[in-house]
Amino acid sequence: MIQPIYFIILSLIIFVLGIIAFFIKRDLITMFMAVEVMLNAANLAFIALTKAIGIIDGQIIVLFVITVAAAEAAVGLAIILLIFRQKKTIRTEDIQVMKG
Amino acid sequence: MNIPILSIVTFLPIGGAILFIFISREKRALLFSMAFIISLVNFLISLLLYFNFNSQTSSPQFVEKTTWIGYGIEYHVGIDGISLFLVLLTTFLMPVAILSSWKYIQRREKEYLIFILMLETGIIGVFVSLNLFLFYVFWEAMLIPMYFIIGIWGGQRRIYATLKFVLFTMLGSLLMLVAIFILYSIYFKATGTYSLNIFDYYKIILNPRIQIWLFLAFAIAFAIKVPLIPFHTWLPDAHVEAPTAGSVLLAAVLLKMGAYGFLRFALPLFPDATQRLLPFLAVLSLIGILYGGLMALIQKNVKSLVAYSSVSHMGLIMLSVFALNTISVEGAIYQMLNHGLSTGALFLCVGILYERSHTHVIKDYGGVSRQMPIFSAFFLVFILSSLGLPGLNGFVGEILCLFGIFKSNTVFAILAASTVILSAVYLLWMFQRVMQGPITNEKINSFKDLNKREICYFVPIIILVFWMGIYPGPFLRKMDVSVNHLLKQIQRKEKFFTNEHIDKTFFLDTAINPNTWKEKHQDNKEVNSQ
Amino acid sequence: MTEIFWMIPFFPALGSLVLVLLGHKLSKKHVSFIACSTIFISLCISVISFAGLLKIGAENYPLVKKLFTWIPTHGFKADFSLQFDPLSAIMVLIVTVVGFLIHIYSTGYMAEDKSYSRYFAYLNLFTFAMLILVMASNIVLMFVGWEGVGLCSYLLIGFWFEKHSAAQAGKKAFIVNRIGDAAFLIGILFIFFHIGSGEFTAINTAISRGSISTGFATVVGILLFAGATGKSAQIPLYVWLPDAMEGPTPVSAFIHAATMVTAGVYMVARMNFLYSFSGTASHIIAFIGALTAIYAATMALTQNDIKRVLAYSTISQIGYMFIGCGVGAYSAGMFHLYTHAFFKSLLFLAAGSVMHALSGEADMRKMGGLKKYLPITYPAFLIGAIAISGIPFFSGFFSKDAILTKAFTNGQYFVWTIGVLGTILTAFYMFRLIFLTFHGKERITPEAKMLLHESPPVMTVPLVILAFFSVVAGYAGVPAVFGKKLDWFSCFLQPIFSRGREVHVSLGAELALILISSFLAILGLYLAYLSYIKRPQFPHTFATRFPFIYRLLYNKYYVDEAYDALFVRPLVRGSEQIYNKFDLKIIDGAVNETASATGSFGKLICYLQTGFIKDYALVFLLGVALFLGYLLF
Repeated sequence: MIQPIYFIILSLIIFVLGIIAFFIKRDLITMFMAVEVMLNAANLAFIALTKAIGIIDGQIIVLFVITVAAAEAAVGLAIILLIFRQKKTIRTEDIQVMKG
Repeated sequence: MNIPILSIVTFLPIGGAILFIFISREKRALLFSMAFIISLVNFLISLLLYFNFNSQTSSPQFVEKTTWIGYGIEYHVGIDGISLFLVLLTTFLMPVAILSSWKYIQRREKEYLIFILMLETGIIGVFVSLNLFLFYVFWEAMLIPMYFIIGIWGGQRRIYATLKFVLFTMLGSLLMLVAIFILYSIYFKATGTYSLNIFDYYKIILNPRIQIWLFLAFAIAFAIKVPLIPFHTWLPDAHVEAPTAGSVLLAAVLLKMGAYGFLRFALPLFPDATQRLLPFLAVLSLIGILYGGLMALIQKNVKSLVAYSSVSHMGLIMLSVFALNTISVEGAIYQMLNHGLSTGALFLCVGILYERSHTHVIKDYGGVSRQMPIFSAFFLVFILSSLGLPGLNGFVGEILCLFGIFKSNTVFAILAASTVILSAVYLLWMFQRVMQGPITNEKINSFKDLNKREICYFVPIIILVFWMGIYPGPFLRKMDVSVNHLLKQIQRKEKFFTNEHIDKTFFLDTAINPNTWKEKHQDNKEVNSQ
Repeated sequence: MTEIFWMIPFFPALGSLVLVLLGHKLSKKHVSFIACSTIFISLCISVISFAGLLKIGAENYPLVKKLFTWIPTHGFKADFSLQFDPLSAIMVLIVTVVGFLIHIYSTGYMAEDKSYSRYFAYLNLFTFAMLILVMASNIVLMFVGWEGVGLCSYLLIGFWFEKHSAAQAGKKAFIVNRIGDAAFLIGILFIFFHIGSGEFTAINTAISRGSISTGFATVVGILLFAGATGKSAQIPLYVWLPDAMEGPTPVSAFIHAATMVTAGVYMVARMNFLYSFSGTASHIIAFIGALTAIYAATMALTQNDIKRVLAYSTISQIGYMFIGCGVGAYSAGMFHLYTHAFFKSLLFLAAGSVMHALSGEADMRKMGGLKKYLPITYPAFLIGAIAISGIPFFSGFFSKDAILTKAFTNGQYFVWTIGVLGTILTAFYMFRLIFLTFHGKERITPEAKMLLHESPPVMTVPLVILAFFSVVAGYAGVPAVFGKKLDWFSCFLQPIFSRGREVHVSLGAELALILISSFLAILGLYLAYLSYIKRPQFPHTFATRFPFIYRLLYNKYYVDEAYDALFVRPLVRGSEQIYNKFDLKIIDGAVNETASATGSFGKLICYLQTGFIKDYALVFLLGVALFLGYLLF
């Protein structure tokens, strides 16, 4: 049996990788994937802790997260698609409509 | 009285406005005639208020009171001799305002009429509320339709003007809201019950130091509305940009809300602060009279001229309110009605000129009388009414105001009497430049005289102008008792403070219910005598 | 029948109402009928009431009819009530008689005007207001009439409003009057504050009971008189009257000569109990009256406009009336008012007839030698001129003499001297007018001569009637020199002026005074004859010899210019400065600055919003880190 701490560490590594990817990468799709990675890192942590503590709540939350991530992927990709259609780019430097 | 007349008068317009949802915006004539009929019916119903009004009692009449939200927030309406005429003035001018916009408003008529009707509800609500919260709700609610009326149907700089108007008023009402909250909590602390009923507040006495601040908060809110110098600059802008009906209602009714607020709230709620700050406010009003008159003198725009004349006239009304004696207050209320009629009518006249030439600049006119003799007669009568020619309504109000002021302070009255000269100068000079002299502008040759609709809305005003000037009895007698009661309200409290030597520390941080205070005070006396 | 007196003012009001509402639909004939008949009915009722008044005896004066309560508040109560007593009766008779004649005359004079019905509507309205003024039983209602006549004067001066100068003159008249009226209004406030009522009888009672101080009487007296200087065109508020000649000539005759401008005199006479009580106020009135009398007379010397000469002469004559009132001889002042109403309206109407004949020309330099063309107007004018000059046995002689005699006997020698000097000037400028207009060389333009004609009978008949009155009116008040009990006029007014100072002089002294003033009047006439008939070049040489005096007089002492520079311009300029520098810059500037400061603060914060999603994410991350850190440590 692997200690849950390793899973936590793994999920932390994946999460940090996701953050790094999010800040380093410049196109929206990669950033989007980074977000997915972070979500899955969280999922991993949930699963591991559920197993260790022995309650089922964490697994339920994971299912929710997966569902929400799927929905989010659909909406997010659609938005990216629309942005691409309008601006012909998905590089973040080119998109700053929120500038004050 | 089982029929809730006041509620009907208040909510009929907005109820009627709901009907408009079902009417196509294409049916212009139907929309206008419906709005006109609604407001006319409302006026007729409001006449019932006048005929059933008991002028022998000072307590509010046609009272309706039900719990609303709780915690002292009640639906509590009623009128006395002070608010009666302001309600009537509002309901009277609404049909006139709607008739006057028949031609002027050429787009989005449906929304316009809905806003006008909403405005009517808001204004009447302000005059009839007896609950501070309800008052505040109506006070703010009335801003919204006015904001849109100026902002959508106004002139070139309408956005600037309407924002200025709304922000100015909001600033004042924010202060008032804070003051209402403070009052509310003080009352709760002192008595252990929640109340926003103004009659409850009339009974309590506040620490004079707190009074000053609360009074200032209320006074600024009302002073902006009146407007007193130096809070007046929104007025010319709003007037110049507003559509005719907007200007008419703004001048005739909205400004009165400030003066009414002083009479109903600021002065009787805070009598000690009133005494302390009265000289200051009186000086501001006096400056307003002269300043408004001088500014009106040199305006190059007819509408801002009339707007500044409003500042001057409202200055006289406020000075008269601050003189605080029966005649002055009666004169002030009467003069409010007169100002509503004559300045409202002057704005109508300016609107009629504008509809024909699309300019407000005085220089563009000249010799209009020759083309429009009937209009010229009406215009002149309203000018004379505004400058207080004896025999017309303005004079009765003016002389009562001046006499009331005279009774309180001779010097102020003599200075205020300069309005007699100034108003003649600026109004007649304007009349000369606009209506008389040779025709210099080609456009004027094609001016058409008044049509039947325009005559229709002038005639009732003219009749009132003469009636109120020749036979003011029916108006003055109705307000007599209420005004006396109001003044007693203020004076009784003054005595409470000045004649019995109160231990000031007693008042430091709470308001006192007079009954409990009296008991305690008697105890003190006993202690002292021992 | 006397109790119907209260109806007198309402017929002209009715006429005016009908003409305003229906005037444009009626033919000129109907308009004239309505206008003249309403005045005529009033005239008849006045005569009936007057006859009744003579019968009822002095102890019943004044008859008061309260119509309704006008202003009902406590502490400021004013009734709409009319009164009728000898003073009112005389004024009512003057107004209705002269008014009726002028209405008739106007139907001829204004026959060609396109705003015919408007003219008569105004004229009827004026008659109404004037009757209210003289019949009001309290000072507030009097003020209604007071301002009402001012309004009608404004409307009628500016009757031809397309003409810039007419509109300007009308406005000037109203505003100058308003300055006086503001003082009058303050006077009313004083009266109400100290006496508690505006009824004349109540004020009289309060004064006779001694419940008010002399100082109060002086203040109120001066304030009310300030109103009178506006209405009756005295120094310093006389400037509007010469300009008022822009109005139609019958209007000048009616309003600006016979009735409205004498309202101030009537008011002083009405308030005689107050003025008798305050010596200071009376002195001021006498002094201002005397000053105006001579001052206006000098200005009349150089005017070339026939109506302006008459206007200045009116100002000067009203000055005489005020001398009368100021020295306590109220009945003498009223007597001059009464005779003046006839001869001055005669002069104006005759001048109107001259202008009518010359197609509207009013410049005397373009007249001359008209005697033979205007066989009725000329004698009428001559009678008027003789009457006003105070040449014996015409009406002006009796009234002016009554005033000067009283001034002398009351010891006001300064005022008397000025008044007597004024007599020479009066005779001089009046006969200058006659000689320049009717005698000497013809200087008429050829076009005008083509259309030269005597006026139609509707215009000449009133002239003849007024000329008749100008001759005989004076015999109502024959001085004691000519026999006892002949001074019916002052006996009639005696109950009203019981407080007036009546010092009697010996008949010899009185005779001497009469002889002096008559001599001076004839001297003035002779001087005018010398200057304008015998040696027509003399005035010219005088003007070149003393250019300064001539220019000063010709330009009316530059008073209009001075007022303009001292009051009008600073007011307008100052207001403009305040508006531009204070209202727009400081007050409105502060408002707009607050708004824009808020805006720029918002802009400043806006820099935080880069629009880069990564910056937001970074801030978010930092926030989370901080929050976690806070939770953990």
